[in-house]
Amino acid sequence: MKPAAFSYFRPASIEEALEQLASLGAGAKLIAGGQSLGPMMNMRLATPAQVIDLNDLTELAYVREAGDWIEIGALTRHYQLAESPVVRRHCPLLAQAAQTIGHYAVRQRGTIGGSLAHADPAAQLALIAVTLGARLKLVRPGATRCVQAGDFFVSAMTTALEPDELILSVQFPKAAPREAAAFKMFNRRHGDYAIVAAATTVAVEGAKVQRVRLGLGGVAPMPRCLDELTWPFLGEMPDERWIWRLAAAARQAIAPEDDARISALYRQELAERLVARALGRAISVLHG
Amino acid sequence: MDKQSITLTVNGRNVEFEAEPRKLLSDALREDCGLTGTHVGCEHGVCGACTVLVDGRPVRSCLTYAVQMEGHEITTIESVGEHGALSPLQQALHEAHGLQCGFCTPGIVMTFQAFLAGHPDPTEEEIRDVLSGNLCRCTGYQNIVSAIQLAARHMREGAAHVAT
Repeated sequence: MKPAAFSYFRPASIEEALEQLASLGAGAKLIAGGQSLGPMMNMRLATPAQVIDLNDLTELAYVREAGDWIEIGALTRHYQLAESPVVRRHCPLLAQAAQTIGHYAVRQRGTIGGSLAHADPAAQLALIAVTLGARLKLVRPGATRCVQAGDFFVSAMTTALEPDELILSVQFPKAAPREAAAFKMFNRRHGDYAIVAAATTVAVEGAKVQRVRLGLGGVAPMPRCLDELTWPFLGEMPDERWIWRLAAAARQAIAPEDDARISALYRQELAERLVARALGRAISVLHG
Repeated sequence: MDKQSITLTVNGRNVEFEAEPRKLLSDALREDCGLTGTHVGCEHGVCGACTVLVDGRPVRSCLTYAVQMEGHEITTIESVGEHGALSPLQQALHEAHGLQCGFCTPGIVMTFQAFLAGHPDPTEEEIRDVLSGNLCRCTGYQNIVSAIQLAARHMREGAAHVAT
């Protein structure tokens, strides 16, 4: 369980990192926290010829407000997402989900940019990005572009990143005033990837539901945004019946596949339960 | 890939050695720095046995390359306590029977060394959440949780004693 040989690059600036990435070509791999890439390299599932270490680019580690959005630098660690007062206040869904990633030591090291670029279908941050409609700012030599999270994830472990491109930052919309968020996941062991995870925000006007965001992870090769599904449920009172009707609709809308260990039916049942629990939690926060 | 010179700062001392970039920090500590207190279990970030501190924060040394750690402060189990004078956490693990074979213990001590510094009065739930990153096959965890609670209490009392 030792990684294959590689040569090591440690750029001191974003420009230098981009130059190295462009000149080294497809055999090079960016490393940030290394909490997914490290195990893959130890198991030789990944054997990059060159490793470009981004950890000195501390200018990419920040959380700041940007109008109706919060902007988070790609090198921001999971524990910082969970602890940041700005994230907890304006994007509580992200803070809640970040607190559940891996284990304590993993959260000290893993980064938001690394997690999104890795694009594991069961990852928390990919799900939150898709659910909230996050925007990713990407850079390559001489050009930057903005990509919606829904367009960024192309398939399992596959993103819209070009080979010479890296993630600079991610923007999440600030929560509305009468809005609550909840994240629920199920895994076999504490700290494992979720089998299924549900993320939601519920905004109310008076006693009636004004907007719902709903996302599911672990039911498809990439996180699913189910906002359209919620439209017929808006303008109603969010009582117990409402919760279970919406959860049943979510279950109908997904088509997970059987795999060697987990049946599609089990994932569907988990999804329905977790959606109901997440909605119930968000609504109880609003009533609280 | 050729070996290159790497200088690490471990427990306040600089150690220079030759190694390939792929050398894991866990292996460098054990083989090149002569510090075998850091144990290697799963080598893919699951078991927590190899946990050390980097700039005061717990890190899986098997998921880190030694070459990445130049310029950072590494702290290993060898810096905790002394012969005949255990740290409060080590003493509590001893008193509460928080270990049997002891293989996982260095990783647990380093993890909670960092955690208790920032969370002097943790709930049992918080302790169990953090402890979930360190596998122990002997104890069933109950006595480790008790030991951490005991250590936290002793550390708080010690701090209060110093403060007065």
